[in-house]
Amino acid sequence: MTAVPAFARDRAQAHRNGGWELAFLSRRSVVGVVLRRVALAVPLLVAVSGLSFVLVSVTPGDAARQIVGVNASQATYLSVRKELGLNLPVYTQYWHWLTHAIHGDLGTSLLTGQAVGQTISSRLPVTIALVGVALLVSLVVGVALGVASAVRGGVLGRAIDAFALLGFAFPVFWVGAILIAVFAVKLRWFPASGYVPISESVGQWLSSFALPALALSLGGIAAMAKQTRESMLDVLGSEYIRMVRASGLAPSSIVLRHALKNAAAPVLTVLGVQAVGLLGGTILVENVFALPGLGSLVVSATLGHDLPVVEGVAVVFTLIVVAVNLAIDIGYTLLNPRIDTR
Amino acid sequence: MTVVPSPVDSTWGQAGISETPKFLGRLMRRPVAIVCVGYVAALIAVAVVAPIAMPWVANQHAGDLLATRQGPSSHHLLGTDTLGRDVLERILVGTRVSLLGVGEALAVVLVLGVPFGLVAGYHGGWLDRIVTWLGDLTFSIPAIVMIMVVLAVFPESMLAGMCTLGVVAAPGLMRVVRAATLQVRDELYIGAARVSGLSHVQIIRRHVLSRIAGPIIVQASLLAALALLVQSYLAFLGLVVAAPAPSWGGMVADGVNALELQSWLIWPPGIVLAVTILAFGLLGDAARDATTERWSPTPSRSDTSRRRYRRKPVRPADDSDQQRRPSRRTRDETDRSTDTRGALLTVDGLTASFGTRAGRATVLADVSFAIDEGEAVGLVGESGCGKTATAMAILGLLPASGTVDSGKIIFDGRDLTSLSARGMGRIRGGEIALVSQEPMVGLNPAFRVGWQLAECVRRHLHLPRTEAKAAAIELLRLVRLPNPESVARRYPHELSGGMAQRVAIARALAGNPKLLIADEPTTALDVTVQAEILNLLRELRRDRQMALLLVTHDWGVVADVCDRALVMYAGEIVERARVERMFRAPLHPYTEALFASNPYLANHADELPMIPGAVPLPGMWPIGCHFHPRCRYAIDQCRTGAIALARPEPDHETRCTEYKRLAGAAR
Repeated sequence: MTAVPAFARDRAQAHRNGGWELAFLSRRSVVGVVLRRVALAVPLLVAVSGLSFVLVSVTPGDAARQIVGVNASQATYLSVRKELGLNLPVYTQYWHWLTHAIHGDLGTSLLTGQAVGQTISSRLPVTIALVGVALLVSLVVGVALGVASAVRGGVLGRAIDAFALLGFAFPVFWVGAILIAVFAVKLRWFPASGYVPISESVGQWLSSFALPALALSLGGIAAMAKQTRESMLDVLGSEYIRMVRASGLAPSSIVLRHALKNAAAPVLTVLGVQAVGLLGGTILVENVFALPGLGSLVVSATLGHDLPVVEGVAVVFTLIVVAVNLAIDIGYTLLNPRIDTR
Repeated sequence: MTVVPSPVDSTWGQAGISETPKFLGRLMRRPVAIVCVGYVAALIAVAVVAPIAMPWVANQHAGDLLATRQGPSSHHLLGTDTLGRDVLERILVGTRVSLLGVGEALAVVLVLGVPFGLVAGYHGGWLDRIVTWLGDLTFSIPAIVMIMVVLAVFPESMLAGMCTLGVVAAPGLMRVVRAATLQVRDELYIGAARVSGLSHVQIIRRHVLSRIAGPIIVQASLLAALALLVQSYLAFLGLVVAAPAPSWGGMVADGVNALELQSWLIWPPGIVLAVTILAFGLLGDAARDATTERWSPTPSRSDTSRRRYRRKPVRPADDSDQQRRPSRRTRDETDRSTDTRGALLTVDGLTASFGTRAGRATVLADVSFAIDEGEAVGLVGESGCGKTATAMAILGLLPASGTVDSGKIIFDGRDLTSLSARGMGRIRGGEIALVSQEPMVGLNPAFRVGWQLAECVRRHLHLPRTEAKAAAIELLRLVRLPNPESVARRYPHELSGGMAQRVAIARALAGNPKLLIADEPTTALDVTVQAEILNLLRELRRDRQMALLLVTHDWGVVADVCDRALVMYAGEIVERARVERMFRAPLHPYTEALFASNPYLANHADELPMIPGAVPLPGMWPIGCHFHPRCRYAIDQCRTGAIALARPEPDHETRCTEYKRLAGAAR
C-alpha cells in the first residue's frame, strides 16, 4: 500500500540486482540529475500555472464581474476588466502573468488587493517549518521503526504493517481532530489551535507546532517504516550480507552500516513521494489547527475565487516539490556509488 | 494522510499478469476480499436507498434544537450534531455524495488510463515515451493543489474537482497498464495470434485485456481509496457539498468546530471514512496478492530474519532416529575415534533441516568428517547434495529457515553449535573464513573495497584505523592484485570477476583464519582466471599453514588443490579417501558416475555419459541408499534399509555394500 512510483521501483530493482547489469541506467552524475529535474520542472510549472488561464477562458463570468458586483454598470465593469487586462486574449494574459512571475511578481489578490508574492512570503515559513519538521520526524522515526522490525520481526513487524495500514486509511484532518480531542481538550497539554511565531517564544512555538506536526507525520512515519522494513528485509537476505556475516562483523555494523546504506535508496524515494503528500496534507492540517500558512491561505482564496492567490500558491507548492525531489535525487546519487565518476 | 497524486506502484502491474476468470476466482477465495467487496456493495446500496428513504435529511438545516450535541441514545443511535440533527441519518445519506466523488474520479482515471496505457504498451514509440514522461511529471504535483485551482474557477463543483484528480492520477494507471501490456505482448502466443491473422483490436480485446484485468483492478481499488480521501478533504474544507447537505468530511469539520463542547461528533463520520478507505485499500492489497500468487513460491520471509543470528539449541538425535539406524550410528562412532585425532575441525553427526511449505525437510543427514590443521579437503557432489549447507552450517549461517537439529561441530576444541552469537562472531572471519561462489554479489556494492577490508581487519586484529587501512592494502597485495592502492579505492562494481574474487579472498584472510571454506570459488569465473585463483589458494594455504575446505563439483579442482576428498550425495557423505586413491579406485557408484561424466576424466572422447535422473530434493529422499534409483549396481538390499559407511581400506570409506563389484569393474 505504500505508494512507490515506477521510477522508484526501477531504482530499487537496480539496487536489488546488485546493479552491474543495470549500471548503465544509473550512470548519472549529480549535474545530470540536477539538469534532468530542472528539465522536468519547467513543463510542470507551465502546466500548473497555465491551467487556470485555460479554465477561466472557457468559463463564463470573470474576475472583473466578481470585483464590481452584479449590479455595477457596464462601463465600470469594462474599465475594471481593462485594468485587469482581461480584454486581452488568454495567451497574452498568460504571457503577461508568466513574465511578471519570473520577476517575482505574482499579481495582486482580488480579495485583499495585496501583492500575492508578499502574502505568500509572509506565510511560507509556517508551511515550510511544518513540512520540514514532519518530514524529519517521518524519516527518523519511520526508518528506526522499519529497521527494528526488519531485524526483530515478529510482533513489531506485524504492528508496523497494521500501523502502515492505519496511516494510509486515516484522513489527516481526522487524525488532527483526534489529537486535539485528546491532547488539547481532554489533557490540555497543547493548545487546540493558533500559532505563536518562533521569534516571540520558542517554547510556545513548539507547543503550537507539536500537534500539527504529529498529525502530519503519522502517515509519513507509517509509509517510511513499511518501506524501510521491506527494503531492509530484502538487503538482509542478500549474498553480500551473508558474506559480511561470514566475516564476523558485529551485528550492529551489519545492520546499520552494511544493510542500511543499501536499503536507503528506495526509502529515500518514498520520502520524496511522502514530501509531495505532506505538502498537500498541510492544507488540511493548517485548517484544522488554524495555522497561518499557505494551506489556510489557499483554502480561503479558493472559497473566495481569488485566482491570483490560488495560482501563486500552486506555483510555490510545485517549486517546493521540485526542490525536494532534487534534493532527494542528489541524495540518491550520493548513496549509490554506481555512477560514472570518470 | 499522504495525498499522493496516484499511489501507483507498478510492481503490482508488472508482476500481476493473469487471466480474468482465474484472477477473480483467486481474488474471491480470499476472505479479506470477500469482506471488502461485501462492505462496498452494502455501501453502494445505502448510497442508493438512504437519500430516497430519508428525503428530509439532505435539506435539513436544523433538527431538534432542544437536543443538540447529544451522545448516543436509543432515540439517536449515534447522537445528534450541533444543530440537533441525527448523526446516523446524516452518515447514511452522506454516503451517496462520497461514493459519487469516488465514482467520478475513478471513471476519469479508467477512461484515460486504460486505453492510453494499452496503446502505449502495445505499440510503443512516441506515445509510449509521452506516457512515461507524463507519469514522471504528475508524480511531482500535489494533486490537491491542482484541484484547488480548478475549484477556484468552478466553485463548489465536486465533479470538476474529482475529474481533476482523475486526470492527475491517470498517468499512474497508464504506466501500470503499459507495463502489463508490454509483458503480455512479448509473450509468444500473442505472436502466434498475430500470425494467425487477428487484427490488433481483436488481439487487444481477446488476449491482452483479459490478462491485464488483475493489475487494473488492483489500481482501481487503490485509486478508489485515494479518491475517497481527497473527496473527504474537499468536503472537510467546505469546498464541495454545500451545507446543509451531509457529507462524511463535512461532518468531521462540524465536529472539529464543536470539539471543545462535545468530542463525540468527530468519531462516527471519521470511523466510517477510515473503514471505507481501508476496505478499498485492503481490496487492492488482496487483488495484488491474487495477481502475484503464482510468482511467489517462497514462504513469507517476514518473521524469519531474526533466526539467522540464532541457532537452535542442540538436542540429541531423536529416539526414532536411533532405532531406525542403530548399526550405522555405532559403526560411525568407532570410525570417528580413529580418524579425528588432532583434527582442527570435526563435524560429528551433523543433521540440519530447512523449513518448507510442506514442513521441515532434512538437508544434512548425519554428516561426519574431520579436517586436520593445514589440510585441504575437497567436498564434491552435484548441486543440491548439501555441500553448501554443510559449509554454512559450520559457520552458523544456514538460511533463515534452516536449523542444526543434532550433531556437533568441534573446532579447535569448542563446539560451534553451542556457541553464543558473540562467540560465533569471533570465530567467523577470525578463525574460519568463507569465500563464496559469486564474488560480484558477495561484496557490498555501497562501500569501497579498501574500506570493507579495513573493517574486517579492525574487527579481528583490533588495529587502529590508519593501520587497518595499510593492512587492507597489504592484503590486496597478498592476493596478487596489481596496483592495490587503486583497487582499494574502487567500488565492487568497478572490478572484474577475477579481481572481485581476489578481493573476496583478501577479505577472508583479513582475520588470519585457520580454516578457509571456499564454496565453488572458481565456478563463476573464466577458465584462465580459474587457474590463477586456484594457484593463489594453493600458495596461500602453503604459506599460511591454513586448512582448506573446498566445496566444488569439479574434479580437476580437487585433484589440483586437495589432499583428501569427501563425496556428498543427497545430504550424506557417501565416500571419503585420499584424492589419489579415490581417483585410482572409487568405491562408491556415485563417485564412479561422477568421474565417468567428467569431460577430463572420461575415457570415451566422443560420448560423455550422463548420470541418469537427478538429485532428489530434500524431503524426497528414497528409503534405503539415497543413490539407488540412479545406481546401476543397486540390489534389493539397497532399497530397504539405510546403508552404513564401510571401510574397505584403512583410509577409504564408502557408503555402499556393493563396493567390491565396483572395484572389480574399475580394474
